[in-house]
Formats: sequence, structure tokens, C-alpha cells
Amino acid sequence: MSVLELEGISLGFGGVQALSGVDLAVEEGTITAVIGPNGAGKTSLFNVISGFYRPQQGRVLLEGRNLTRLRPPRRASLGLGRTFQNIALFRGMTVLDNVKLGAHVRMRTGVFSAMWYLGAARREEARVREEIEREVFDFLEIDHIRRHPVAALPYGLQKRVELARALAMRPKILMLDEPVAGMNREEKEDMARFILDVKEEWGITVLMVEHDMGMVMDISDRVHVLNFGQVIASGEPAVVQKNPGVIQAYLGSGDVNSLRERLMGESA
Amino acid sequence: MRIGSAKESYIADEALFATRTQWVWFALLLASLVLFPFVSNLYWLYLACLVSINVISATGLNILTGFTGQVSLGHAAFMGVGAYTVAWLDNNAQTPFYLNLLAAAGVTTAVGLVAGLPSLRVKGLYLAIATIAASFILQFVFINWESVTRGTRGINIEPPEIMGIVLDNPDTFYWMVVPIMVVMVLLAANLFRTRVGRAFIAIRDRDISASVLGISLPAYKLMSFAIASFYAGIAGGLYAYFMGSINPESFPLLMSIFFLAAIIVGGMGTILGGILGAIFMTLTPEVLRYGVDLASPFIDEPGAVLSPVRTIVFGALIVGFLLFEPHGLAEIWRRIRRFFHLWPFRT
Ligand SMILES: Nc1ncnc2c1ncn2[C@@H]1O[C@H](COP(=O)(O)OP(=O)(O)OP(=O)(O)O)[C@@H](O)[C@H]1O
Ligand SMILES: [Mg+2]
Repeated sequence: MSVLELEGISLGFGGVQALSGVDLAVEEGTITAVIGPNGAGKTSLFNVISGFYRPQQGRVLLEGRNLTRLRPPRRASLGLGRTFQNIALFRGMTVLDNVKLGAHVRMRTGVFSAMWYLGAARREEARVREEIEREVFDFLEIDHIRRHPVAALPYGLQKRVELARALAMRPKILMLDEPVAGMNREEKEDMARFILDVKEEWGITVLMVEHDMGMVMDISDRVHVLNFGQVIASGEPAVVQKNPGVIQAYLGSGDVNSLRERLMGESA
Repeated sequence: MRIGSAKESYIADEALFATRTQWVWFALLLASLVLFPFVSNLYWLYLACLVSINVISATGLNILTGFTGQVSLGHAAFMGVGAYTVAWLDNNAQTPFYLNLLAAAGVTTAVGLVAGLPSLRVKGLYLAIATIAASFILQFVFINWESVTRGTRGINIEPPEIMGIVLDNPDTFYWMVVPIMVVMVLLAANLFRTRVGRAFIAIRDRDISASVLGISLPAYKLMSFAIASFYAGIAGGLYAYFMGSINPESFPLLMSIFFLAAIIVGGMGTILGGILGAIFMTLTPEVLRYGVDLASPFIDEPGAVLSPVRTIVFGALIVGFLLFEPHGLAEIWRRIRRFFHLWPFRT
């Protein structure tokens, strides 16, 4: 069954057609990757799904429910979690507070009980805190930095905290925009393992944009290739990899140097 | 987390004062607030009352501007709404003072919600201008809605009465205003231990991330305006009772700037910052007055010097803090505390 379906999404910015007639379905319990050259429209697609951009045409369906008219916060509360291509943490806060914010939609404390901070509010804070430490921090191995301000953390850890924050939402579908960009090999391997576990242990469907072909080929169940705002190929990683249109797209984008690396998964 | 304090349970860890040391300091602070009237004179009690009112107001503005990132230059005008509500009820209804105060908070909250509407569309400088506009509109209402405000003639307020005791002097007023101030500050501090306060900070730090986490920006921005106005309403109501009379010039734009300066000097986005800033900014003019008094044998017209000196010093303080100590007095206090660490209870 598809958790997320995109039907005929078209999005233009003035003269630039970022997406044209994109159809795409994400099957429940899979890791689905969206790849494509720079400027292909991948991030725009994510922004349409999150609700930051309103497409001129098309619909976004989550578990059959039409999201197209809903604002981003409402979509989040329906189970759409995501991270950003450029880390978007709350820089002044600690790791713990950042991740607690991920649980915002699962919490109920209103402004009155918050200010008096009596039983219910206090218990909810403690419960969520305990849950986060037991489930998220242990899993992502960031327990030791929970009191650190995020701004002081190295890049790789910040990426991990952003994943933690999205997981604290317990979303139905988790969207990751370039989760390993800028990481070294070891950090990439850790992240790949975490993403696999998110699928297998947490049972969360993953939709990710990634340039690192090695990782895409390794962990994804299905790949969609975007070029100039259109889906030019979809299928299993091994099949897509050999698609002549895909090779052409990467060649056409001028990325000749990294072509081999990208398509053959030689990310070493 | 401080070294040496074992985490007993998650509940205890989420408490307002997590360590014994913090509790001891808080108890000492309360004790000194109780003892203060017995060791000081009327003049100092007058200042303490004024400081308390300003702490309430600055804390409210800090929630909105320091924590939520919504700049407001209408805060004094909101206090005016609270003050006029109290004044009107005092002159036209036989309601007890605490009901008047709650009504002031309620009316101001409603006005603040309306004044906060522009925040749904604009941020930063544009929002600041929109709140200045709100301030001018309210000023206009204070002057021209004569049947309620008595226009430029101003309006008198009888001192409040609790159980037969008339609070017509700082030494009695103190016992009413200080507890209210302590409670209002604690309520504000609690807010930031929960999802609501975190959502405010999230909006300030990165509103895109906030909305992708399910935080509705319009709802929380308006909530922040409502809370800030609630505080302004209480502070304004207390101010009316304390001063005994108000007129449209009691709440000028300059007073809004005073509160903004207080949270900048004290430290935006920390509860302590609002407190320290309000204390500092309220006492600075007194210190200056004292200084001018000392210098009076050597200068011609000491009375004429005071006002320009005060303006210049305020300006210099704001610029100085923005440039050299952007996290304000609260950060200086943190540095001192780090220096002494857990002194004197543990070493
Ligand atoms: N807010 C915007 N306003 C105008 N044009 C935009 C906007 N966002 C994206 N675009 C344009 O849409 C096209 C697709 O951009 P997008 O960011 O979606 O690409 P991408 O596939 O994520 O690229 P990359 O791999 O570099 O991240 C680009 O031509 C880009 O310039
Ligand atoms: Mg992108």
C-alpha cells in the first residue's frame, strides 16, 4: 500500500518550471530515494510535500487523505516528518530541547497548565523526556551530548540531532533531504545504518533525497530519478542504475567527473 | 547538569529549581523580600514597588520579544489599557481591587490580540512599526474617549483595599505588589519548561523548522502577544493604583522604549534578564539624581541637568550593551556564578 502519493504535481517559479507533472508513490515500509542532478527539483518536491510550496497543479495524498490545502504544521501532525538539506536546528537550544520540540505534536500541555506547571504538565514533560532518552538518544548514540548547545556540535552530530528531532515526532513517513551530504565515510556509514534501522526497527517509511549513489544503492528499496522537474525513471536501484536515460541525465548536467562515482556506487 | 547532583527521577530533573543550592538561593531571596520593609525607609519601599511593577511588565515584554522574537513598541500603551480599565472600574463600579486587576488583564489581553494581528504577516522592523502604530492609536483613544478616560484632564484612582487595610502607602502597597510580582515571574519561568515556551523560542530561532514540527505560527504568535499583554495589563493596573492618577501622557512611546531597553540591558530571552533589566533601569535614574545632587555645589542649575543626563545615559547603556554585552546582565551574572560555582554550599 502507498503511504504517500503524488499526483501530477506541477510547480513553477516565474520562468523556471521546477516540477512538471510529477507522479510518485511511496510504498509503506520502504526506503524510497529520489535522485537527480543539481537543480532537478528534489528539494522543491519535498517542499511541496511539506506544504511550503503550493503546486499549481496536482495533489499530495497521505494514506489516501488529500493534504494539498493543509498548512505545514497540520501536515506534521498527520505524520509527516522531515529534515532539511541545510541543517535547520534551533541553534540557541540544547540537544535535549531541540529533540523535545520534535515531540511537540504528541504533547498536550496548554498555556494555563504550562504556567502553573502542576501535575499533568510536569508528568508529560517527564514522560516525553524519558521516552526521548530511552528511545531516540540511545538509538542514535547521542546521550552524552544531550545538554550541549547544538551550535557548538560538529556538523555530523548536528545532522544526527536533526534526525533525532524528526524521530521524536514518531512520524508515519520521514523525509530526509541529503542526510549524508558533507559527511566523512565513517559518519556516512553510521547514518546509513540508522536509516535502515528507522525502517526496520521503528517501522517508519523513509523518503530521502541523496546524491551519494553508494548509499542510495545500498539501502533503498526503490529509486525515482528526477531531471528538469520530471520523473525520468523509477524502479529498483539496480535497474535504474543501468537506465540509459539516467546516465544521459547525469552526463547532460555536466557532472562527468563524478559520474562513475555516482552511478557505480564507488563513493570511497 | 551540574556535577555532583544525582538524577533522582525525571520529574525532579524537570523541576524549576533542580538542585538544593538553587532552592536555598530562592528561599534566601524570598526571605530578603520579606525582611526588606523592616530595614528600609519609605523612599526605598516606593522604589521597590515601582521596580516590582516594572519587573512584571518587562517579563511580559521579554516573553514576546526576547523569547518569541516579536518586537513590540506598544508595551507601555498596553499598560495604559490596563491602567484605564482599573481607573474606570474604580470610578464606576464597586468591584474589589483584585477583580479590577483581573479585568484589566482581560481587557488588555483582548487589545493585545488585535494589536498582534500584524505579526501574522510581517516580522522585524515592519512589526515594530505596526506596534508603534497601535501605540499611537491607543494614545489617541486615551485622549479622545472622554466619557471613559476624561481625556487630558486625567483620572484619579482610589487606593486599593484588602480586608479593611487601605494600601495608600508604599509600606502597605509593598505587601500586595511583591507577591504578585513573584508569582508572575514564576509563572513565566514555568512556561519555558514546557512545550508552549519551547514553541515560542523555536519560532524566534527558526520559524520554518517550527512549522515543520507542527507548531502553528499564527496560533503561537498570537498566544505570545496575549500573554505579554496580560502581563502589561496587570502591571498597568498596579501602576494606576500605585500612582493614584493617570492621564494620556502617563504611557508615552518613550516608556515602551524604556521596557525594550530594560530587556536588552537585562538579557533578552532569559527570565532573569527581564528582572535584572527592570531593576537596573528603574534604579539608574535614582543613582543619577544622587550623582547630580552630589555635584550640585559645582554646577549651576542641577535640576536642569538631570533630564538630559538621564536621556544620554539611557542611550549609552542601550548602545553599550548591544555592542559589548548582547546577552545582558543575565550573562554577566552567569559568569559570576560560574566563577563561584556552588559556593558556599559545596566545593
Ligand atoms: N524559492 C524559489 N524561487 C525560485 N526558484 C526556485 C526556488 N526554489 C527552487 N527554485 C528553482 O527550482 C529548481 C529546482 O531547485 P531544487 O532546489 O528543488 O533542486 P534540487 O534538486 O534540490 O537541487 P540540489 O541537488 O542542488 O539540492 C532550480 O532551478 C531552482 O533554482
Ligand atoms: Mg536540494
